[in-house]
Amino acid sequence: MYVAVKGGERAIENAHRLLAHKRRGDQNVAEISLDQISEQLGLAVDRVMSEGSLYDRELAALAIKQARGDLIEAIFLVRAFRATLPRFGASEPVDTGAMRVQRRVSATFKDIPGGQILGPTFDYTHRLLDPSLAEGFVPETPAAAEASTVPTPRVTDILGRDGLIESSPQAADGASVGDLTREPLNFPADRDLRLQNLARGDEGFLLAMGYSTQRGYGRNHPFVGEIRFGEVEVEFVAEDVGFAVPLGAIELTECQMVNQFKGSATEAPCFTRGYGLAFGQSERKTMSMALVDRALRARELGEEALAPAQDEEFVMSHSDNVQATGFVEHLKLPHYVDFQSELGLLRKLRQEFAEAFADANAPDAMKEAAE
Amino acid sequence: MNAPAYNFAYLDEQTKRMIRRAILKAIAIPGYQVPFASREMPMPYGWGTGGVQVTAAILGPQDVLKVIDQGSDDTTNAISIRKFFAKTAGVATTTATDEATVIQTRHRIPETALHASQVLVYQVPIPEPLRFLEPRETETRRMHALAEYGLMHVKLYEDIARFGHIATAYAYPVKVNARYVMDPSPTPKFDNPKMDNCPALQLFGAGREKRIYAIPPYTQVVSLDFEDHPFEPYRFNAPCALCGAENSYLDEIVTDDKGGRMFVCSDTDYCEGRQAAGHHGSLSAAPYKEKAHG
Repeated sequence: MYVAVKGGERAIENAHRLLAHKRRGDQNVAEISLDQISEQLGLAVDRVMSEGSLYDRELAALAIKQARGDLIEAIFLVRAFRATLPRFGASEPVDTGAMRVQRRVSATFKDIPGGQILGPTFDYTHRLLDPSLAEGFVPETPAAAEASTVPTPRVTDILGRDGLIESSPQAADGASVGDLTREPLNFPADRDLRLQNLARGDEGFLLAMGYSTQRGYGRNHPFVGEIRFGEVEVEFVAEDVGFAVPLGAIELTECQMVNQFKGSATEAPCFTRGYGLAFGQSERKTMSMALVDRALRARELGEEALAPAQDEEFVMSHSDNVQATGFVEHLKLPHYVDFQSELGLLRKLRQEFAEAFADANAPDAMKEAAE
Repeated sequence: MNAPAYNFAYLDEQTKRMIRRAILKAIAIPGYQVPFASREMPMPYGWGTGGVQVTAAILGPQDVLKVIDQGSDDTTNAISIRKFFAKTAGVATTTATDEATVIQTRHRIPETALHASQVLVYQVPIPEPLRFLEPRETETRRMHALAEYGLMHVKLYEDIARFGHIATAYAYPVKVNARYVMDPSPTPKFDNPKMDNCPALQLFGAGREKRIYAIPPYTQVVSLDFEDHPFEPYRFNAPCALCGAENSYLDEIVTDDKGGRMFVCSDTDYCEGRQAAGHHGSLSAAPYKEKAHG
């Protein structure tokens, strides 16, 4: 006899207890600390902060630990916490030109004021598994030198001085910055909202979309004008004091893509921009973002928009991995009642088909169809 | 570390006010999808975040909350959401439909008729009834604005031409207050007639898609159809094997691997109530005894 399905409550509790047990793993193995995650899995923390839209290394490390290393789950944890935080206002725009640069490369000029600085990078490493890292590895002390006082102006500013690249539109005085976490998104969306969407967007999704533009689906001939990674000051104008108060420093990666020129009968041709920005060191993310940002400007720049990466609704509606994973994974929730309804319809259609088939065929054929 | 602290029913008051404004607008324009700044909730998108936000915004300390999924109070997601509000709002919860003041649901409308002091909150995955005919939001909003619903009728007509029937078994489109075509969420079409002229307020929340819409009490809700192909609610033609009900929506339970099936009420509260009142079923419905239904 069928017993009505009861006891879901205890099943959930037991499942969560088992999860906690699995998360900890073998208890003879030392527990991982938040400092260890933050220090030794730093790029994972950077990604969780970027796509979680919350600059807090400690909380991001906690989220990674709680999520058993599932970064999308960790991003989700951070987002859900962020959603409950009060908003005091928006900071002043950060000045990436004044960044304390740890890494800075340009693919467009051999040498630039302030120089090319490789910094900590996987580039040019040979991807050979290194058994010496398995345990007890003590790295050499990195080479050090006196910090340079030479300014490191942005490459796009250098191009801009000669008018070779379009100027970045200046924000109107007192204009508020869009925030798609506070106002529902409407299409067509302005570039500030597009950039916010891309900054929160899934790295893998943006990588694939950016890659598709390189392979001809919305080609826009990009050059890496500059990638820079380092620390910038964040300032906030407090109403009470009347001037900008420093809140602290954050690490950012910025990518400025220089793309094919445009021009018109009234305007001299010049390069166009694609922009990427992310918390921490996230070069793949910022480069992909810059490619997609440029692709999404097709309409604004009077280009034909036929490729997926140029389609604002397509890109912006599918870039968010917290939304995407939720909806894909919701398919494992029960759907008995809808399925039952479909089953009923399908049986009816099959029965009608069998009857019609029977009418039209000899007795032998009919027998076969009924099976 | 910033130790988190949460408000009554989880959401902060500013967010609740924003959601209430959207709800009021939705009630004022029955069936119209109002965009709202949906928040990330502590459960995944697609698992009821829209319904949870609507419930959080309307819930007061005196409310009695019921949560169902597939008609049942005991499915895992229903339990999870009920526990969420019991924990964050400390409200009383119930499984009895007539005792609840707020009922959050996924995929069903209770069998017990709702009354005027109740609110039914639907969890909605895709609020746009035209989405699978036209993927672009810019286009579908225009179509709603112009009440340009020909495409939907063409789709229903094509179903009839191909299958002899309208081949939509759930999320069957309705027209609300003779104006907006609306998605009733993926409830089986069996439930559609319950939405019409319902004394309770019906609110629909789609978290991922950031939309809220509503059917005010006693509003006309018509399932789309044709004169010669009228709307037919589907129900498996058998009594419930547990309570003998002849008019409730049934779940099909696979009892063995030899084609054994039994059919029981999907609304567990309704079924248990009937059994407590002395109604009994056969406990073993014969499989595949399905007839045309009307």
